[in-house]
Amino acid sequence: MAFVRGSERIIQALAAAGLALAAATPLRAEAPARVVSMNLCTDQLALMLAREGQLISVSDIAQDPLTSAMHEEASAVPVNHGGAEEIFLLQPDLVLAGVWSDPTTVAMLRSLGIEVAQIGVANSLGDVPERMREVAALLDREDAAEALIGRFETDLARLAGPGDGPRAAFYYPNGYTLGTGTLSHDIVTHAGFSHIAEELGRDTSGRVALELMVLAAPDLVIGTAPYPGASRSEEILRHPALRSLTETARGAESGPDWICGTPHVVHALAEMVAIRAEIEAGE
Amino acid sequence: MSRRAIFSGLALVVLALFVLSLLTGPAGFGPGESLAALLTGQGDAVSLVMREIRLPRAILAVMVGASLGLSGAALQGYLRNPLAEPGLIGVSGSAALGAVIALQTGFAAMFALALPFAALTGALIAVLLILALAGPRGGSLTLILAGIAISALAGALTSLVLNLSPNPFAVSETVFWMLGSLADRSFWHVGVALPFMAVGWVLLGLTARGLDALTLGEDAAASLGIRLGRMRLMVIFGTASAVGAATAVAGAIGFVGLVVPHMLRPLLGARPGLLLPASALGGAALVLAADIAVRLVLPDRDLKLGVLMAIVGAPLFLHLIYKTRRQLA
Repeated sequence: MAFVRGSERIIQALAAAGLALAAATPLRAEAPARVVSMNLCTDQLALMLAREGQLISVSDIAQDPLTSAMHEEASAVPVNHGGAEEIFLLQPDLVLAGVWSDPTTVAMLRSLGIEVAQIGVANSLGDVPERMREVAALLDREDAAEALIGRFETDLARLAGPGDGPRAAFYYPNGYTLGTGTLSHDIVTHAGFSHIAEELGRDTSGRVALELMVLAAPDLVIGTAPYPGASRSEEILRHPALRSLTETARGAESGPDWICGTPHVVHALAEMVAIRAEIEAGE
Repeated sequence: MSRRAIFSGLALVVLALFVLSLLTGPAGFGPGESLAALLTGQGDAVSLVMREIRLPRAILAVMVGASLGLSGAALQGYLRNPLAEPGLIGVSGSAALGAVIALQTGFAAMFALALPFAALTGALIAVLLILALAGPRGGSLTLILAGIAISALAGALTSLVLNLSPNPFAVSETVFWMLGSLADRSFWHVGVALPFMAVGWVLLGLTARGLDALTLGEDAAASLGIRLGRMRLMVIFGTASAVGAATAVAGAIGFVGLVVPHMLRPLLGARPGLLLPASALGGAALVLAADIAVRLVLPDRDLKLGVLMAIVGAPLFLHLIYKTRRQLA
């Protein structure tokens, strides 16, 4: 999501160090009985893959309908707020975290003797089966994963669109836009759109000036649903210049299905394929 | 330099910077194309950029700068103290608090002018507190200390309100409310700020004769027919209205009201009344220049105006404290 960018480089460097540590911990003989997840994306992978009773806690965001594609499933599981003390008291055998999870919390849990696995971010549709296999191996649930992966890959093949379709752009609060090396880029291009980040030569995500977005004149502008409460960051999405752009272009919202590399991205993909068909029929 | 030369010089600077502001932006089209699109363009992308993005930004810079310069000059004239400035004495910070409360409680969405009205209320409380504490002569020490306390409290409460917001973006906006920015403002912001600012400008402008008389002392001013109580109210409501509206749309931008009157005072002599319109023009020029600079220095990052203003203004403030320290001690 746009608001979790932070100092990505530092966090990634720290996370890489964390992964090296995780690889050094010896593999356990039996499947973990008490698994705690503290990251929105590992929450969803674990909810999908864990056997009954294996997952004892998910992060609080997993229950947020604006962010979590599996908020209904998550509502049956107790939440944690990502604090080391609270997670330690749950006495987990395994903690699932993201590579961007708070490095001090992860280090603290490890020094308390708890196994923490940090799962990488899916930056493409091809990463999705990999992340599922990774989590499945940790939970000892490989068979369940393979069944889901098989269905996911069939859906992907069904929803592939020919390239060079209408031009799509992401425009988020604070004027944030997505680069080419992202899962969302893969979703729109798989559906056959061309993504204007390619024209603008942006491989990383970041702020794009409103006037550059207006001049790029995309056929589809993908934004976000407004959060409750007011923010100046979201005000830019109601700017008159952007409005007159979306009078001619289509608008869409990237909801929870877009955030994590799980089979839920298929819903986002299907929506994009449908919008593409509408745009092309209108021409 | 004659008075006329000073005013036409200032007006020319404002005009030049206004045009330059319109021509500054990441989309690189030439000056001719830009101005043609602004004046004659018909709904194409370039005229959209000029009319809906750059024009309101430049107009707001003039309005905000004029409000802050004018308020600074009026406060300094009324308190007869060169250190008085809406940002430093906590008026801008309190206006930001009012605006943030209105936005987060939903009051701002209830009617069009609710946002600047709430900011005005915040600013008004701060001005009343400052004048009650500092008294009619505005002793420097009391003024600065009360300003520190009010600014700190307003800043902390602004941060608290944003932290309590259910919106994940709100927390990161503390920086905007404390340092100010004109990025991506639209004509909606011009429209809601203008009525309150206009009232403020008129009220402060009407104090010109009184401020001149006040340089002779309160008794002399009263004997010249100046109604001091009424003038006091005009300074209070004028400042609250102008600064409140400016802060509601652009955040708290400090030091403008300090730097501008200070630079213009030597040119105009000890005429606080004359300093009012000059400071309005000077403030407009300064904020326009700062807003051009933030776009040139870090085009992609929305560098806050308050950062530049503090780099220019804080050394001057320290210099003024140094000069008045005998009076402070």
